Amino acid sequence: MKDFVLIFRGVNDDPSNQLSPQQMQDIMTNWQNWMGGIAAQNKLVSGGYRLGDEISTLKPGNVVTDGPYAEIKEMLSGLIVVKADSLAEAKEIAKGCPILMINGSVEVRSVIVMN
Amino acid sequence: MQKEKELIPQLYRAEFRKLVSVLSRSFGLEHIELAEDIVSEAFLTAAETWGIKGVPNNPVAWLYTVAKNSAKDQLKRHNLFESKITTHLQQDHTPAYETEIDLSTQNIRDSQLQMMFAICHPAIPPEAQIGLSLRILCGFSIDEIADAFLTNKENINKRLFRARQKLKEAHIAIEVPPVTEINKRIEAVLTTVYLLFNEGYYSQSHNTILRRDLCLEAMRLNYLLLENTATDTPAVNALMALMCFHSSRFDSRLDEHGEVVLYDDQDSSLWNQELIAKGNYYLNKAAQGNEVTTYHFEAAIAYWHTTKAAEKWEHILQTYNKLLQLRYSPIAALNRTYALYKVYGKAIAITEAEKLNLESSHLYHCLLGNLYTGEDNQKALEHFSTAISLTKSSVDKKAIRKQMIKIGQL
Amino acid sequence: MKDFVLLFRNAGEPMNTLSPQQMQNLMTDWQNWMGGIAAQDKLSNSGYRLSTEGNTLKANNVTTDGPFAEIKEILTGVAIIKAETLEEANELAKGCPILKVGGSVEVRGVIVMNMDYNK
Repeated sequence: MKDFVLIFRGVNDDPSNQLSPQQMQDIMTNWQNWMGGIAAQNKLVSGGYRLGDEISTLKPGNVVTDGPYAEIKEMLSGLIVVKADSLAEAKEIAKGCPILMINGSVEVRSVIVMN
Repeated sequence: MQKEKELIPQLYRAEFRKLVSVLSRSFGLEHIELAEDIVSEAFLTAAETWGIKGVPNNPVAWLYTVAKNSAKDQLKRHNLFESKITTHLQQDHTPAYETEIDLSTQNIRDSQLQMMFAICHPAIPPEAQIGLSLRILCGFSIDEIADAFLTNKENINKRLFRARQKLKEAHIAIEVPPVTEINKRIEAVLTTVYLLFNEGYYSQSHNTILRRDLCLEAMRLNYLLLENTATDTPAVNALMALMCFHSSRFDSRLDEHGEVVLYDDQDSSLWNQELIAKGNYYLNKAAQGNEVTTYHFEAAIAYWHTTKAAEKWEHILQTYNKLLQLRYSPIAALNRTYALYKVYGKAIAITEAEKLNLESSHLYHCLLGNLYTGEDNQKALEHFSTAISLTKSSVDKKAIRKQMIKIGQL
Repeated sequence: MKDFVLLFRNAGEPMNTLSPQQMQNLMTDWQNWMGGIAAQDKLSNSGYRLSTEGNTLKANNVTTDGPFAEIKEILTGVAIIKAETLEEANELAKGCPILKVGGSVEVRGVIVMNMDYNK
């Protein structure tokens, strides 16, 4: 079993795409069900981090800016760490992520084990 | 004569632990058997003299006086020994023991609390903690402990002997831990209290009265923690709520033949409403403050099981989702999958269940047997058969066979 | 005290432009920097180094090989620290050695998950 980091990116809020409270609730429920399912398989290493609106970026030369690294429409919204035997298995887990149903993306990365 | 026969065992259960806790503070944990012996002697004396001279007006006070005097004698002898011998040998001087023995209600309560922390110490192995708790904190007799663990007196005595050794080797102080350590130490205490409760709740012993006593004792110990401000934490309240909710169904869990009655078949009129109300009270108390522990989630789930509300399974599923993210356990994983079935149906639950990787667990096969019933009876029967082969409990085997027979009748 | 996630990105080229000695120094600097944060009891999780092996999944079952590459600077690691404010987190992040080799650090405040138990 190895660790894999799953990084979630959502699309920035487009005013015309606002979700209704019920839709938000459903997404939350789907999310909890998906996380719960991973946890039930004992494959959740870290319960995960939801990333909020407090954002800074530091660059070389002591540059500190407000906001994310790049002003692209895909914003990092969270990450979790799971256990799996292979990248393929981690990918299968990631496929169930509810963010894919609202046009977001999931980046799956294997972890370099430090000695 | 009959009165004495019942009185002394009752007094033993109620007072043994109080006296031993107080005396242990005077003697120290290295001499814990001395404390136990002195108190046991007092009860023996009671048994002998009350039969002849009659039961005293205040039996408890009588016992306390005898125990106290006997203890003071022992302590004086120790101090005398110390002062005579140490001056002679000029070796390092162990301090004289305080010969005053305070048997006030306050001190009795404090001593028991301190004893709880001493016994439920991370340095002591869990089995040892349970044994010592049953003996010293709860005042169960060796016979009763043997019955609860389905073993014999010799084994229990051996276990307790080893446990006392561990207690001495660890050099644990009898005190309530300082504020900085208390939350961590309470965790260890609560683990043992919960284990004790589960011994009673899930025990295979046929002695229903004893099993109920075990549950009650666990709750009483928890109550000691609640009564003390420093230990009245959200986690302690959550565990109390959990135990109240579980105990409320104690009477409906077994039928008159001693066989398990599954939750869906239980007669809810047998559920103890007073305990449910108490559970709600403690759950609300547990919600105050910032701490959320696995006990909170388990208590919430237990709360939902006391209701027949239509939306309960959605709540139960979501609570298991959170519980599992906080801490994984195979039981929670299986129960979560059952809740998934109740909310989303069998097909989804079966898919999720088969990802659990718990094929060596009989409970896993019971769950799948359940889920496949009516969907694929052949598979259901296979799973139930596997479940039977994996469990050693005759009670469980019987219950599973019942479910297999039901399939035949479908 | 709140958690802040630090997301490390490289300079847009793989790290193999560094000599073995430079790599070694970078590793040492990294350990020292992390150690410093840990010594202040502000390290929640020393985090993960991400290998270049990965997949990116998008809507409609689209999967591509490799890390997310809408921008050329890919994520190389993640760590979690504790601080009272974003400014304080920035101060801690400033010492990150990746900044000396052209990389960057994105600092993100964590939203505390709702752990209500539905009563």
